[in-house]
Amino acid sequence: MAEQQLPERQSPLEPEYHPGSHGNFEHGVDVILSETRPGSILQLAAWPGEEKRLIEAIRKVTGLALPDGAGGGVSNGARAVFGFAPGKFTVVDEAEGLASTFAGVITPAIGTLTDLSHGRTAIRIAGPKAEWVMAKFFAIDFALPAFPLGAGRSTNHHDIFAQIQRSGADQFDIYVFRSFARSFWKALCHASEEVGYEVQ
Amino acid sequence: MLITCPYCGPRDVIEFTYQGDGNRERPQPASQDLDAWTAYVYDRLNPAGDHNEIWQHSGGCRAHLRVVRNTLTHEIRSTTFARGGHKAEGRS
Ligand SMILES: [Zn+2]
Repeated sequence: MAEQQLPERQSPLEPEYHPGSHGNFEHGVDVILSETRPGSILQLAAWPGEEKRLIEAIRKVTGLALPDGAGGGVSNGARAVFGFAPGKFTVVDEAEGLASTFAGVITPAIGTLTDLSHGRTAIRIAGPKAEWVMAKFFAIDFALPAFPLGAGRSTNHHDIFAQIQRSGADQFDIYVFRSFARSFWKALCHASEEVGYEVQ
Repeated sequence: MLITCPYCGPRDVIEFTYQGDGNRERPQPASQDLDAWTAYVYDRLNPAGDHNEIWQHSGGCRAHLRVVRNTLTHEIRSTTFARGGHKAEGRS
């Protein structure tokens, strides 16, 4: 690709983003909070009956094969995909420009593509107490058998809509509206104080 | 009260929005039948028991659902996607 001079993307968390250890960490840090800042966050939706073709298009473009079933997903570190509603999928890439890669593949007959790269903020919570802190926020089951590795969930915290993917046994990636992200981040930091947290 | 979304699984009622009585039949848009329109807007069965309802999982997958809820016990007897015209099983 030709060299591009893109302006650096500003983080909505910046004024409240304080790297280091916080809260009750004298006996150790039990969760690590970070903003993953992916370059691309896309929402893909299939027309009814076109789900299989969309899943195949996702596999072709990203190399990620979606497992069967509602809320199924997979991630490989650099890229991630998960179902968040019937026939709808969130696709994330570390690199920018994933929307243009999909543009010729998701034809109008298959469905739609919405580029949310600047509209969502991705927050990662990891560590032995990640499930515990998440369970204080969301009324869903975070235990591994109920929420398997790679799977996605749509839910909300006090009307802040959130998409959550389990990207590790004790790690979750949370996608929230950018305009609510700082408020959500502050709440997540408060909730993590009791277990001791580190911002990376 | 828990509603089991066919996509998301069991979720707290706070994630859902009630979209009204599921027994209503909307007249054709061009219909001039005032009785039919009045019935659509105002007439409700108000049963003491199983009731067909439309809910949206607005705080989750956002799918519209047909729900059969018991108005006496709040038991949710069934939930299916509204799309596809699945007939609910409650009293109609
Ligand atoms: Zn749902």
